[in-house]
Amino acid sequence: MKHPMRRWLTLVFILSAILMVSACKKKTAPPPPPPPPAPPAPTASLSANPDTVEKGQSATLTWQTTNATDVSIDGIGPVEPNGSKSVTPTDSTTYRLIAKGSGGTQDATARVTVNAAAVAPPPQPSLTEQQLFAQNVKDIYFDYDKADIRADQQASLQAGARFLQQHANIRITIEGHCDERGTTEYNLALGTNRADAVKNALVQGGVAGDRIKTISYGKEKPFCNESNESCWQQNRRGHFVYEQ
Amino acid sequence: MEQKSLMKRIAAARNHLVLFTILILAATAAAQDWIRTGTGLGVEKIRLAASDFKPATQDPKNTDLLKTFNDTLFNDLDNAGIFDLVSKSFYPLQVPGQPTELKAADWSASPAPNASMLAFGNLGVAADKVTVQGWLYDVKSTSTSPQVLGKQYNDNATAEAVRVIAHKFADEIIFRLGGGIPGIAESKIYFVSKRSGNKEIWAMDYDSANQHAVTHLGTISLSPRISPDGSRLAFSANNKTGWDVTMYSFDLNRIVSFPHFGGMNFSPSWSPDGAKLALSSSRNGYPNIFVIDASGGNPRRLTSGQGPDISPIWNRKTGAQIAFVSGRTGLPQIYTMEADGTNVQRLTDQGYAVSPNWAPNGQFLTFSWMRKYGPGEPGSNDLYLMDIASKQWVQLTHDAGRNDSPCWSPDGRHIVFQSHRTGTDQIFSMLADGTNVKQLTFSGDNSQPDWSWK
Repeated sequence: MKHPMRRWLTLVFILSAILMVSACKKKTAPPPPPPPPAPPAPTASLSANPDTVEKGQSATLTWQTTNATDVSIDGIGPVEPNGSKSVTPTDSTTYRLIAKGSGGTQDATARVTVNAAAVAPPPQPSLTEQQLFAQNVKDIYFDYDKADIRADQQASLQAGARFLQQHANIRITIEGHCDERGTTEYNLALGTNRADAVKNALVQGGVAGDRIKTISYGKEKPFCNESNESCWQQNRRGHFVYEQ
Repeated sequence: MEQKSLMKRIAAARNHLVLFTILILAATAAAQDWIRTGTGLGVEKIRLAASDFKPATQDPKNTDLLKTFNDTLFNDLDNAGIFDLVSKSFYPLQVPGQPTELKAADWSASPAPNASMLAFGNLGVAADKVTVQGWLYDVKSTSTSPQVLGKQYNDNATAEAVRVIAHKFADEIIFRLGGGIPGIAESKIYFVSKRSGNKEIWAMDYDSANQHAVTHLGTISLSPRISPDGSRLAFSANNKTGWDVTMYSFDLNRIVSFPHFGGMNFSPSWSPDGAKLALSSSRNGYPNIFVIDASGGNPRRLTSGQGPDISPIWNRKTGAQIAFVSGRTGLPQIYTMEADGTNVQRLTDQGYAVSPNWAPNGQFLTFSWMRKYGPGEPGSNDLYLMDIASKQWVQLTHDAGRNDSPCWSPDGRHIVFQSHRTGTDQIFSMLADGTNVKQLTFSGDNSQPDWSWK
């Protein structure tokens, strides 16, 4: 029971992160127009550039508001309605801007992620580990009817192997997938060889084989459902699934 | 305009009267081959009339049951592939319900109906029981005993029971007039259907009636193969750790336990004695062909190397050979080997060749082939028939979408297959020469048909 709950929490986290980021990037849509006499509601946006810094480096916060009389950023204090400011956070920080006006209150957030410099990261909660997994362990793509690792996939494979070596607790499943062309049974066999090829490459890259399960889905679970080469290429892959 | 013609006549198995006449006319080197194959080409088909059976009682149930019976019987005789079935529009107005009412001259009259044989009879319901009397008469006979067949059937007065009676009577006629080869009207077809959302194993009568789900696993179930005696169904099912050969018992109407081998286990196939299964297993690494006992024990590996090797199928006549598919040289090709793994022979030399299936006579393989395949060569995906001894092949489907997973009927006269010709995968049947194509499924995606052994 623990495992699905964790996955669910991860999903919630990722979704909320997406919501937050999009709130920074886009102008927030104004609320439905109030009755004519009511004053217009304030709008606010806040962004950080860059949004990821090494420890000790600075990032610039930039904000715009409208219809606001009282604008402040948590941790910085009152600011001009529109402006920018350099910040040097010591840890990853979420900045929150609050714009108050006669039409109401609007807030906006921006996060600056601080990477610890070369120091071993503190034990990560599993949510973050799964995100890191997704960032570092990329699916491996194959040529038509082939199960050997393409030269242009070696970099992805090496990066994935490095990450898995550094995170020895992670167990994975490699799914072998094929495009829609050809017959069901042969594609299942081909997908088996693709998953095995990726596993063997990881094992050669120093990842313990007993951490890796493989399964073939042939053409049974495509990522993309159109009948063209770009879609077929999407479906010819060894797909990594985080198991722990 | 060089015109070459090659005519090849292959007598089917010794006791079969089925002759495959294979006529290949290659018009020019560049043009597409023109191929015509047939069951009994050159042999005149028996001209058979099948008049609607008449009610024998006054029961109100007669009307519906007669329609079911008459439709089923006519369709079975039409499907048989050995008759020139006389259209009902040529029939006399007065049809017989029993021999005393028969006026043979009305049926043999030339030019129409010009029948040689007539099937007729009656059906009557009484007290929820149905009685069917059926006859087959040689209407051109001048002898004093023109009766070829006389049968009586009794059962509950249900549509299902009446359908079975019609199948049995049709099979009697086909057996009697078709050279002693049992009919297929009571045979079943097992297949994969996604109509309920997941790929499950389904079953239907050979004529598409009575379609129903066999499995309800909620994952992915593929590659159904019914045992020769019809009691067990082997297939491959997806689970959390891989793919397992899974066994369904029709005696118990449930899935029965079967050993887990680990790895990917695909495409089980029965030996004709029902004692063994061939399958593709990656238990030792690469997908290779294994043979196991029908209980799941005593695994023996027949092929080795990277393969992948898949889709083994026993020679259902001899049990001595196994055909399979391998990608050992690149695109998949069809191979045969002895049942102990020796004497591996490659049958196809190009393209993408998969899904082999043996004819009941043990001499022919059908399979799915994209003969010209690769970048810039979209190639059509058609069904072919190959004579194993000579490696001569003929094309059975033409210009009709992607065709795959052919499987022979027990009488060797029909092939069931999946085709994408309507835009989705559906099950079709045809005569073994590629004619008389009939669509059997219409709902959802349907694939990988397997015809029962009897």
